[in-house]
Amino acid sequence: MSAVPAPVGVIDSRNPLYRSRRRVNYFLLAISALALSFGLFWLIWILGTLLYEGGNALARATLYYQMTPPPGSDGGLANAIAGSLIMVVVGTILGAPVGILAGTYLAEYGRKGWLAGATRFLNDVLLSAPSIVIGLFVYSIYVARVGHFSAWAGAIALSLIVIPVVVRTTDDMLKLVPNSLREAAMALGCPVWKMITLITYRAARTGILTGILLAVARISGETAPLLFTALNNQFWSTNMNAPMANLPVVIFQFAMSPYEDWRRLAWGGAALITLAVLVLNIIARALFRKTD
Amino acid sequence: MRAATLNGSEEATVLSAPQGSRPLRTAPWKDTAFEWLTWLFAFLVFSILAAILVSLVIGSQLTLDKYGFSFIWRADWNPVTEEFGALVPIFGTLVTSAIAMLIGVPVSFGIALFLTELSPVWLKRPLGTAIELLAAIPSIIYGMWGLFVFAPLFQTYVQPALINSLGGIPGVGVLFAGPPLGIGMLTAGLILSIMVIPFITAVMRDVFEIVPPMLKESAYGLGATTWEVVWRVVLPYTKVGVIGGIMLGLGRALGETMAVTFVIGNAHRLAASLNAPGNSIASALANEFTEAVGDIYFSALIELGLILFLITSIVLALSKILLMRLAKGEGTQT
Repeated sequence: MSAVPAPVGVIDSRNPLYRSRRRVNYFLLAISALALSFGLFWLIWILGTLLYEGGNALARATLYYQMTPPPGSDGGLANAIAGSLIMVVVGTILGAPVGILAGTYLAEYGRKGWLAGATRFLNDVLLSAPSIVIGLFVYSIYVARVGHFSAWAGAIALSLIVIPVVVRTTDDMLKLVPNSLREAAMALGCPVWKMITLITYRAARTGILTGILLAVARISGETAPLLFTALNNQFWSTNMNAPMANLPVVIFQFAMSPYEDWRRLAWGGAALITLAVLVLNIIARALFRKTD
Repeated sequence: MRAATLNGSEEATVLSAPQGSRPLRTAPWKDTAFEWLTWLFAFLVFSILAAILVSLVIGSQLTLDKYGFSFIWRADWNPVTEEFGALVPIFGTLVTSAIAMLIGVPVSFGIALFLTELSPVWLKRPLGTAIELLAAIPSIIYGMWGLFVFAPLFQTYVQPALINSLGGIPGVGVLFAGPPLGIGMLTAGLILSIMVIPFITAVMRDVFEIVPPMLKESAYGLGATTWEVVWRVVLPYTKVGVIGGIMLGLGRALGETMAVTFVIGNAHRLAASLNAPGNSIASALANEFTEAVGDIYFSALIELGLILFLITSIVLALSKILLMRLAKGEGTQT
């Protein structure tokens, strides 16, 4: 015991300090792996539930051609599916061009003036703003003025969610276009508007398309902004000036109800929406990866 | 003249400006028109936030006049006597978001650490995508799953255990008092925590990736363990961005509507226990807005929306400022 032990290196495994540091390291890295499994666990559980509860409902053909039923009877979601499709398409058509043009300004003309910086900043805030507030906004500027809920109001609310997503991706994608392309076009005497529409748009088109697809994926599942705008409709309607059925609100209403048939339909609708959203996301990712 | 202006954005001004002796072949008005068109739409996007703010202020005029600032700390919410106050929903929003952050932040940090430092290269992409897909699942799905699948299991297995183990401790016990209902603030907070994980993880991953490899390699070279490198080198280097990511997650959690509406219980009362049902701003709006009668009731709900909008905008703006500060310092600190 009296002999002084031979000195050991700082990272020698005989060094007790190093051993304890290594133990701490392994322990915390194991926790980090656990955190990842924690995240994946919920994803698998939620998707599994949807498949299990919604699978049967999805497989029944009546889901796609029958209307939403009155309480306690069997039916489908045809009007809600159609309504959702209509509003998502109209919302995208309204929002995407606005987003693309605004994004063009940010990327192509943004270096001078105050507007580009300020817009970029506010757009990022808008990107994560609570969607229910967007619903309130459209309610007070449109629904309250017109005096009734309508599919137009729903589509406008959705377009307000599309805009920030498209602005952000358009801006990012246009900035990725190499300046030498622009310079080459300018050197040929091409005016700026032609250079942007014919050269940079073309170079960035998959990226911009990815942004639009992500925006569509985002609004397909949005419920909160539709609650006060499109409301719901028990019947088939393609009138944009009247309340229109849509999947998210129907799911909300049916899931909260005590009726077994309604709840089953709600699970079917939930599975349908999630499937659509995930497929859109995966397509968008695949597209984007191709551009890398 | 042209050769001198090739770099960057000056083209626009030069080409649309009069060219003096030699006129351009194409009419410059098209250039001006296109620039103005894009400017107009950029301005439109710029003014959306202000428009939302103005419309909410106008919509909540009645209660703003009636209560002033006291609206924020009044606890009554009585549509019959038309007495309204925002304390209960604000409390619910803050408590559920706090629970979400408490769980979501460490988990996101662990996931980001795994994906940037530990994961084999071939697993990075699939695992990263899987975590990002958590953000793609619509919030109403979280709500349904939470109400029908998660809450019953939580009520049967987890809540009784929490009440038995923590409920007896003085101080903390108050938080876990009351019967296990399945739904309530704790459930809402838990589900919110799952929903914010992908957002915080994404930012943390991005900022961890920008740490110069040289810094990390120097630390490894001195014999530091992976954890020490992350904790003492990566995290201090990226702390501003990490906080920005946490704020982004917080902004998301504060405004989340449908998932919370399903599981929070929608009871308009103030309770210290996390097991008790409560109400958040967003869930109050989702539940009551279409059924509200009377101008004051409407105005009170819109003022709730205004408060939510202000809180989330401030949090998100702070997050953005922090992330911009990190991006600015990126080139200088190496």
